[in-house]
Amino acid sequence: MTLPSLTAEPDVGAGDPAPAERPDTVRAGRSPGGRRTTARERLEIVAFVSPALVLLGLFVVWPVLSAVRMSLYRWRGFGPMDDFVGLDNYRRVLTDDVFTQAVTHNLVIVVLSIAIQLPLGLAVALLLNRRMRGRGVVRTLIFVPYVLAEVIAGVIWFQLMIPDTGVVDGLLGGVGVTPPDQGFLGTPGLALWAVMAVLTWKYLGLAILLLLAGLQSVPEEVYEAAQLDGASWWQTQRRIVVPLLGPTIRTWCFLSMIGSLQLFDMVWVLTGGGPANATTTMATYLVTQGTQRGNYGIAGAASVVLFVIGVVMAALYQRLVLRRDTEDAR
Amino acid sequence: MRKQTRVAALALVCATATLTAACGGDDTAAGDDNTITWWHNSNNEPGKGFYEKVAADFEDANPGVTVEVTAMAHEDMVDNLAAAFQSGDLPDVYMERGGGELAAHVDAGLTRDLTDDAADEIEAIGGSVAGWQVDDRTYALPFSVGVVGVWYNRDEFEAAGVTPPTTMSEWEQVNDDLKAAGIAPLSLGAGDTWPAAHYWYYAAVRTCSQDVLTQAVADLDFADPCFVEAGEVVQDFVATEPFNKGFLATPAQEGASSASGLLATGKVASEMQGHWEPGVMQGLTDDGEGLGDKTGWFPFPAVEGGAGDPTAALGGGDAWAVSEGAPDTAVDLVTYLLSEDVQRGFAENDMGLPTLPSATDAISDPVLADLIEVRDSAPYVQLYFDTAFGESVGGAMNDAIALMFAGKATPQDVVDAMQQAADDQG
Repeated sequence: MTLPSLTAEPDVGAGDPAPAERPDTVRAGRSPGGRRTTARERLEIVAFVSPALVLLGLFVVWPVLSAVRMSLYRWRGFGPMDDFVGLDNYRRVLTDDVFTQAVTHNLVIVVLSIAIQLPLGLAVALLLNRRMRGRGVVRTLIFVPYVLAEVIAGVIWFQLMIPDTGVVDGLLGGVGVTPPDQGFLGTPGLALWAVMAVLTWKYLGLAILLLLAGLQSVPEEVYEAAQLDGASWWQTQRRIVVPLLGPTIRTWCFLSMIGSLQLFDMVWVLTGGGPANATTTMATYLVTQGTQRGNYGIAGAASVVLFVIGVVMAALYQRLVLRRDTEDAR
Repeated sequence: MRKQTRVAALALVCATATLTAACGGDDTAAGDDNTITWWHNSNNEPGKGFYEKVAADFEDANPGVTVEVTAMAHEDMVDNLAAAFQSGDLPDVYMERGGGELAAHVDAGLTRDLTDDAADEIEAIGGSVAGWQVDDRTYALPFSVGVVGVWYNRDEFEAAGVTPPTTMSEWEQVNDDLKAAGIAPLSLGAGDTWPAAHYWYYAAVRTCSQDVLTQAVADLDFADPCFVEAGEVVQDFVATEPFNKGFLATPAQEGASSASGLLATGKVASEMQGHWEPGVMQGLTDDGEGLGDKTGWFPFPAVEGGAGDPTAALGGGDAWAVSEGAPDTAVDLVTYLLSEDVQRGFAENDMGLPTLPSATDAISDPVLADLIEVRDSAPYVQLYFDTAFGESVGGAMNDAIALMFAGKATPQDVVDAMQQAADDQG
């Protein structure tokens, strides 16, 4: 849904090096009031655009529309979909404590992910951007958690956090800290924080990698100029490097936000949304309601709500934060 | 060059369009009347090989008929069946767990009525078919029905000097004695919710009369105070803290740290589970023995003052169903699966608890043989309530019960959640 505004407009004439019949306009599609496109060009447009449109329609538009349709019916997942209930499923989803808790959890994860991973990632990236021994090894190590499959990482952390016999409890016991009686994942008040810790471990690597890549684009001359002007290392980072990293940081925040809103697999593996719904997210809610309980109408309504929240947040972010960056790209 | 590109692009468009049309096409089963598709969940030996042989024998006895057997892991089969129900493209022979789930499938016209075609087998099986009947018509033939009870480690009970309890207060005493002897009394896989829900179900079987339960399953009305009473029994029991640490996040049966794994490896003294527990424990130990000779079993204790029958059992099972529109030979296959030969073979391979009375003596595992006795001597076997009430009410109920185990819901909340889900279902 965000793709069209992120990418530059399709450059229709690019593959067609200046045909004889239109010597003055290379970008015919862009100049309103310009020369009319010929039938052949229109055919070309159709030929090039339609595969993408068909795929987009089949895998994006159609599923969204069928979710909307599903959300208006009471449907068990099989048999005819004929029990129309209007907006009743939305009423039930929005008044369901479990769902409102799930939305809260999602928003908490959105905020915490950025609040924790951004400063941490920035600090590590700046550190790793200096010339030091073993830099390559450290860079690789930091990126390893991100490369691990989500489910495998989840299973490993689940095993580590088993109460009493798990490694985490063993380490805490070793330094004299009493771990929670029911374990980190079994205590409703701690489970979300435990999930958050694993998510940070898993995704910090991505933030660092992206920020490091962003740092490569900061030109060497800027550092030299700063040095000549007598700026300290700290001043250089704060006044020059971080502002220049702006586009990277804003893009990373956007990715992180979308990922947090859609969060499913790590929660599913670690807690399944429990204990006592302490870690439910919108995505686990709709899977529980849909595939597990056969309340496909409810799941449809929940997925539409998730979609709307996602689109609104993405659109606002585009409009308020990312606009400058994407305008530059045009 | 340019022309070629354009031709290629057009070809791509056409190919995409064709593909799309193919995807949108109808999905009726390709099978003819002589090919039967059969899905089952015995994907390990000896069950897998046994069913292959059963299919081959059936093909020999019915020349020209081909049986396409698909063995899947249980969870895979459940997922695939859900997708099949959605598309309406079901295998000819498949498994039904009965209760509200089956009633919904029948209601949607997906499951074939076997009442007349399999009258002999239905009569031979006897009372067990009740869970697979809708409005006095039988839609599936149960081939294995088991009961839930408390599995325990004989050595650890002996070490603590305790014997199986017969009442709830005795049970609490047993757990206290085990704790005093330094042994964790019970494991519970509340992370999966249903193992916790089984406590509530069993308590309800003890606090509610059979009539109340039958009525509740029929009209989904939970106004009888015995349901709240059941919650109170469980709440009091949970308050004595008999479970393993972290039970709220413990899975039921995956891995050595699961509830079943803890019992199999001697970390806890007992666990309440279904008849499949010995098989699960075997898979969770290095030697493949599970608890072996140390395995003991006792029924859920009586609730003092409860209106329910203290000898009634909670259980459930699996039945073979034929999808609507399947060829008649599929019914023949299902009746063959319930023949004495196949049921005896099923029992000899310890694949479950056979339902045909003439096959029950073929079971070789002594613990399972004891269970059959408990099952057959019970005045009635109450189908797991989540299955009986259907997925929607069942799921809401299990969640509310899990909340109660976490101290976040009262017995009244559980009943309210159930009633709410039932009313929403319409």
